[in-house]
Amino acid sequence: MALEVQILVKGAAYLGAGVAIGLGAIGAGVGEGYTAGFANRAISMKPEKAGDVLKNMLIGQALAESAAIFALVIAMLLVLMEFQANAITAVALAAAGICMGFGALGPGIGAGFPAGRACEGISRQPATSSSLSNTMLVGSAVCQTSAIYSMVVALMLMFFDYSTRAFNPNAAALFAAGLSTGLAAIGSGIGEGLTAGGAMQTIARQPTSVGRATASMLIGQAVAETPAIFGLLISMILLFRVYPGAESVITAAALLGAGLSMGLGGIGPGIGSGAAGEYALNWLGRNEEIGGLLTRTMLVGQAVSQSTSIYAMVIALVLIFVV
Amino acid sequence: MDISGADIIRAVSLLGAGVAMGFGAIGPGIGEGYAAGRACEAIGRNPREAGLLTRTMLVGQAVSESTGIYALVVALLLIFVV
Repeated sequence: MALEVQILVKGAAYLGAGVAIGLGAIGAGVGEGYTAGFANRAISMKPEKAGDVLKNMLIGQALAESAAIFALVIAMLLVLMEFQANAITAVALAAAGICMGFGALGPGIGAGFPAGRACEGISRQPATSSSLSNTMLVGSAVCQTSAIYSMVVALMLMFFDYSTRAFNPNAAALFAAGLSTGLAAIGSGIGEGLTAGGAMQTIARQPTSVGRATASMLIGQAVAETPAIFGLLISMILLFRVYPGAESVITAAALLGAGLSMGLGGIGPGIGSGAAGEYALNWLGRNEEIGGLLTRTMLVGQAVSQSTSIYAMVIALVLIFVV
Repeated sequence: MDISGADIIRAVSLLGAGVAMGFGAIGPGIGEGYAAGRACEAIGRNPREAGLLTRTMLVGQAVSESTGIYALVVALLLIFVV
């Protein structure tokens, strides 16, 4: 019997590793391809600026790559480390892989948007290339935060000792913790990238607007980040709450439902808030005197868009604490 | 451990509540954000109509929100009534 559990843990770790880097590679692949596409277009418009565009493309792609590198690190650890042989550890390892895989998807795609738009902007307004590159770095770095949340949760799932907890329902709590942060990170990552892409377009069009655009970009990205923070909150509650052993599957199902509710529920509001930020920032540069009005309208629209992520969090909290 | 039919129904309805609210939140979230983005674009083109545009944006978002509220209602029914 001991041997069988050991095989189960190894199998779960390998499965988690495959899921982590398999899903994690999607985001960076899409994001970097988008950047390269815009770089090609930029070079065809202004071949004499090919060096600047290429340099910016590579910096942007390196940032988009970081989410996939987090996934690679988690996958390597899952493959190479030795873990305790018990069934709840097996579930935690599979959950760690799923969390990191989904968590790297959005930030990889998102970081491609500012990088691509910055390449386009450099060929349009070569004089702005340094402020475009700087703002791109800030915007892309913010995109990566949700991947970092996923990595933190994945590491907590891998290295904390859960062996003293009863399998039912604590295994479901750990799996739900992975789903919550991982899925919610998809929306925030893509949304923050859209907002940062809008800021790049505005700086390229109106170089004097760089300060205002950076400030509005950070405000918009902060709102788009909220679903990822809600997801992290639900994950932390699920990781640290120890449930007494149960006979029935009701609590386990409720906890899984909580993770799915918050995880899936965070995707839409994250992308939507980011889209609102993209258009608002895009128009900031065309008409600078209405910058305050645009930022205000963006915030109102984003707040409405966030309402569904709050519903999802409420349902998750009810499923955790009331049921 | 033996699991009774009533337990399974209760467990599946709780899982279903999570799935309902999770998937149900995706559409309104993206849709309302898109509406907000287009409203910002329209205000950029014609700032004098900002009040009218904000009002129209909010009405459109309220309609888009309805499916999110349906998901919330169904989730609450699955948790507290079923």
